Amino acid sequence: MNSREQILSDIRILKIDNSELPTIPQFEYEADIIESFKTSIKTNKGEIISEEALMDLLESGEFVNVYSASEPYSKYSNCSLPEDPHELKNLDLAIIEGYFGVGENGAIWLDDSKLGHRVLPFITEHLVIVVDKKTIVPNMHEAYERIGQAHSGFGVFIAGPSKTADIEQSLVIGAHGAKSLRVLLI
Amino acid sequence: MNHPVQAAKFLEDKSNAKWHDETLWFVRDKRDLSSKSIPEWEKLRELASGIKDNVLSNLDSYLVEFEKNAIKNGIKIHWAKDAEEHNQIVLSILKEKDCKAIVKSKSILTEECHLNPYLEENGVEVVDTDLGERIVQFLNQPPSHIVLPAIHLKKEHISEIFHEKLQTEKGNNDPYYLTQAARKHLREKFLAAKMAITGVNFGVAETGEFVVCTNEGNADMGVHLADTHIACMGIEKLIPKREHLGVFLRLLARSATGQSITNYNSHFRSPSEGKEIHIILLDNGRTKQLGREKFRNSLKCIRCGACMNTCPIYRRSGGYSYGSVVPGPIGSILSPGIDLKKHSTLPFASTLCGSCSDVCPVKINIHEQLYEWRQEITKAQSSINAKSIAMKIANGIFSTPFAYKISGQIMRGSLKILPESVTYSNLNTWGKERDLPELPKQSFKDWYKNKGNE
Repeated sequence: MNSREQILSDIRILKIDNSELPTIPQFEYEADIIESFKTSIKTNKGEIISEEALMDLLESGEFVNVYSASEPYSKYSNCSLPEDPHELKNLDLAIIEGYFGVGENGAIWLDDSKLGHRVLPFITEHLVIVVDKKTIVPNMHEAYERIGQAHSGFGVFIAGPSKTADIEQSLVIGAHGAKSLRVLLI
Repeated sequence: MNHPVQAAKFLEDKSNAKWHDETLWFVRDKRDLSSKSIPEWEKLRELASGIKDNVLSNLDSYLVEFEKNAIKNGIKIHWAKDAEEHNQIVLSILKEKDCKAIVKSKSILTEECHLNPYLEENGVEVVDTDLGERIVQFLNQPPSHIVLPAIHLKKEHISEIFHEKLQTEKGNNDPYYLTQAARKHLREKFLAAKMAITGVNFGVAETGEFVVCTNEGNADMGVHLADTHIACMGIEKLIPKREHLGVFLRLLARSATGQSITNYNSHFRSPSEGKEIHIILLDNGRTKQLGREKFRNSLKCIRCGACMNTCPIYRRSGGYSYGSVVPGPIGSILSPGIDLKKHSTLPFASTLCGSCSDVCPVKINIHEQLYEWRQEITKAQSSINAKSIAMKIANGIFSTPFAYKISGQIMRGSLKILPESVTYSNLNTWGKERDLPELPKQSFKDWYKNKGNE
């Protein structure tokens, strides 16, 4: 018997009585979900940014290598998506469009179709995600309802910049991934 | 491994022990605040527990469904009955790709399998990429907490290690500075790696996808730059449907650190073009635990660490005192199932206060299982020990009124005159750090009799 058969038969032999799968009820929410989204992003050490502030930032020249996967800002791209994702190692700023945001925790859903390379939002030094206010859902249950059965090879909820507290529980922003997350709500 | 002995060692450094206790309690406080911000928190715990009950009662069919869907998505599935087979599978994939180095993100399962030493013996360089794990790896230590691997270390110590290994400035203890040095060092490793290993937080049977949660982004940096991703997963990590992720992701980070969600929650369903994803499904004692009805639901654990942060014993004894890959209350009910003899002191490393069960996001009755294990262990320890002799003597004394009366008189008399070296000898472990109560002059019975005569 190979290990697969062994493991499955070790489980089957136990004949455990079926325990019913519970149904997830609809949970109520009262809060203004756009406000709670903004608060959540700030709590996660991200920043909510206005369109003017983003323009100023882009024109300031602070970021040398910029790539925008978001059409309205593509004119600020000064590099194209390379074939090899390793070449993104010197990217200073990436601008990506999120599918939708989640009010209760500030998580933003991205998937293969928005990313080009999966490593893009992690390897870039700084990250801007554009989120349409109308897409914000209150909680994670509605978030998965919204994703539904959509099939993407990779999807990710990003809720803030890369962070760690592994040294004496002192919060440090910028561990391995993007050192900042700015969210533009349109 | 003997928990009380190891705990005593941890407590020798009083200020560090105090810091450890307070810091973990602070994390527990954050968990409370975060959980209380959700009115349906208790309902979510019930749901999570119910979903996991359903999984554990149908584990075979969910595993088959998961496998079928993952294969459909282009993922390669491997099955490992034990740690040895798990490690061999990892090595065989490395050999097939002619690969001599891997980057690894936090995976308690690979610690359980002792994968690092195995690969190193076989000439593979293993780089742990979670900051805390990298720190303990530099020290050749295992993690002391499943979520906060380096919680037992102070920044001065970390600064010294980084000075030696990463040539940081001597004496610069600034956490930001040290983290940036690690970032630079690990970026080089990420960019060079051809193969990356991660653990798995949740596997979804319905879709064949799996989810990995981090705050640092290290799992993603590793796997998206490498050609091959190996995900190591215990068979109990399954959940039936994608919608169930909503329940678990609301509970996990809030229970672990008090965050509403981890900053990166990656869903892997199929490899990018030209790349490979492998999943290793590991048993290693899990089917045995599934067969132990009293201890079955310890397999519901989602590894948040909340039971450790709240535990008065864990906070005051440190992760290493448990001598088990998963320490703390949950480790004390999982480890005896793997090796009862080695871990026989762990179920006693508890006050049975029940706080662990109260904070557990999947409602595992941890403290009740600790009590059950104590009974199993007492049964298994048939050899005569001080406690069983004492119990037998006590049984004789309490069942004979005359013996009870006489022994009371003897004790009241002798304890006053016996030297402290006898009354507080090593035989009396209760006498450590505790004073005996002041002895009454007479027994309650005598007092009652005399009172009646007054």
